[in-house]
Amino acid sequence: MELGLMQRRLEDYTKSLFMEGLLDAQFLQLQQLQDESNPGFVGEVVSLFFDDSEKLLNELTSAMDQQIVDFRKVDSYVHQFKGSSSSIGAQRIKNVCILFRNYIEEQNIEACLRCLQQVKQEYYHVKSKLETLFRLEQQVLAAGGSIPAIEVTSF
Amino acid sequence: MARNGAFSRRRASEGADWFDLCQANVEEAHVLAVDDSLVDRKVIERLLKISSFKVTAVDSGLRALQFLGLDGEKSHVDFHSLKVDLIITDYCMPGMTGYELLKRIKGSSALREIPVVVMSSENVVARIDRCLEEGAEDFIVKPVKLSDVRRLKDYMARGCQPDSGGKNHQKRKQLHGSATSSWSPLPSVSSSRSRSRSQSPLVDTPAAPCSPSSLESPTRRLRMTS
Repeated sequence: MELGLMQRRLEDYTKSLFMEGLLDAQFLQLQQLQDESNPGFVGEVVSLFFDDSEKLLNELTSAMDQQIVDFRKVDSYVHQFKGSSSSIGAQRIKNVCILFRNYIEEQNIEACLRCLQQVKQEYYHVKSKLETLFRLEQQVLAAGGSIPAIEVTSF
Repeated sequence: MARNGAFSRRRASEGADWFDLCQANVEEAHVLAVDDSLVDRKVIERLLKISSFKVTAVDSGLRALQFLGLDGEKSHVDFHSLKVDLIITDYCMPGMTGYELLKRIKGSSALREIPVVVMSSENVVARIDRCLEEGAEDFIVKPVKLSDVRRLKDYMARGCQPDSGGKNHQKRKQLHGSATSSWSPLPSVSSSRSRSRSQSPLVDTPAAPCSPSSLESPTRRLRMTS
């Protein structure tokens, strides 16, 4: 595929993630922190986020699975997940975590279980999208191109 | 416009920088960052380095105190040579909270002059006030952005230091303006400049110390919901 076309595809794909509300402005902040002195920064942070999240989701699932649910513990995990997803700009995960915490406060087990399902879905969804994004970026870079900057006002 | 190469990028090794107003010193200021989240530590470390700070990042209040030489144990590092110019700490941490760390630092004759900035994902008036009252210079709502980090230069011990009493009152008014005044079920899509609003309803719960509903006084709650 011709480089210009690849760059265009990357740009459209990136924009779509913002349009769908999967990513928010914080992701753009991370991109601003990436430069020639630290070219893999976004990938590294996101990678850390993936590792961290898998652990958190396991702990969360286990905590929700107990005979007697320790809501303080569950809240602590969701708070952590909300924080890390917010820090990388994973908006939809963050929003589900906010909802999740409301149900934790009400000690509504059914709603919490639904939120757990939802937060997992959102996580795997954004993980898949980000992996595709990084793949497209690598293709552009490998072809000798540079990554087009996304304008904040365009979404 | 290409992201790499088109602009001159800031590197950690560069001394003077174009938004540096107060810092006459070419030597990089040293910031101690405290956050239990691995993701957040990586981000804050990068934010600080790209803003020309030297950074030490630790994962707990206890480790921060050890680094500062305040834990009573003999530190294996000579902390005198690792002068800290500013401490930036997360509020919600297991074990020692950022607030408790702030109190310990301000309660120490050796360390109380070091400016402390608190970060939190919960944008709540009572929490902000509590930190400012205890002597924090500023309260940053997470997620932390470059613009937040650039402001840190204003609080540098070696930089400009305006009258702290008047500054504190002004700072409080400024922070109240953007803090939670009403509860809504879901946040709207945030622009890059807006602060996120706390989503938790203001009811008492058997919650962890970092839940914004605990420790809030009824009068504050009334003010926030009016």
